[in-house]
Amino acid sequence: MRLLYFASLREQLDCSAEELALPPTVGKVADLRAHLAQRGGVWGVFVTSASLRCAVNQTLAGNNTPLAEQDEVAFFPPVTGG
Amino acid sequence: MKLRFFRPSPGAKRGEMEPGMAAADSIRVSEVDFDVSAELAALHRDNPQVGAVASFVGYVRGSLRGDEGRVGGMTLEHYPGMTEKSLAEIVSSAHERWHVDAIRVIHRVGWLAVGAQIVFVGVASAHRHEAFAACAFIMDYLKTAAPFWKKERTEAGERWVKARESDTAALQRWQDMKDRQ
Repeated sequence: MRLLYFASLREQLDCSAEELALPPTVGKVADLRAHLAQRGGVWGVFVTSASLRCAVNQTLAGNNTPLAEQDEVAFFPPVTGG
Repeated sequence: MKLRFFRPSPGAKRGEMEPGMAAADSIRVSEVDFDVSAELAALHRDNPQVGAVASFVGYVRGSLRGDEGRVGGMTLEHYPGMTEKSLAEIVSSAHERWHVDAIRVIHRVGWLAVGAQIVFVGVASAHRHEAFAACAFIMDYLKTAAPFWKKERTEAGERWVKARESDTAALQRWQDMKDRQ
């Protein structure tokens, strides 16, 4: 999977993108959040922040959205365009 | 940075559209500034059925306060690919709700100084009700769903603009309206 991080989240993690093989424990977005939070430190934001948004293959997604190996998954704060 | 245009495929005719979009629609995400007059003209060109064009222009607002107010301008970050897709979905939603002839949306990205144009939404239709409604709907939806993020420069340094509760509430009103139909 390709993971992308935007805006203040990107700065907080000091990471804009990474490639991650889909872990066997991860079937949906909520599982991926838990998996990333296990890295510790600033990555804890994936479970502590209720406002963090997610998109899977460029479509807004929820915690129950399923994930597949070839997916592009992005995490970001609430949007402020317009 | 290259321009990215998203529009119906060149061969599309009225009746053979990309799902949800009209042949006269246009979506643009770019650093390049836009000409409102040109966009308004394009909205009713070659279509004598158009009797109304409603539009919105958003600008980078300066701050009234001295301390920690916005100075200079802001940077618009975005998610390339998803921005165009998201705007296309919003435009399709507008066509589903109202009978309108053409919609043009432009959103700029990159560094924008105070006073600069950020966003344009224009809607052409036979009568004014649909044009006004669709234009307001598209802006409310864009403010909550399109992946752009503003980072403003202040006297105290750079800071990310926070999303507003009022924007989410505005979007909910359109959903309530649809649910009541």
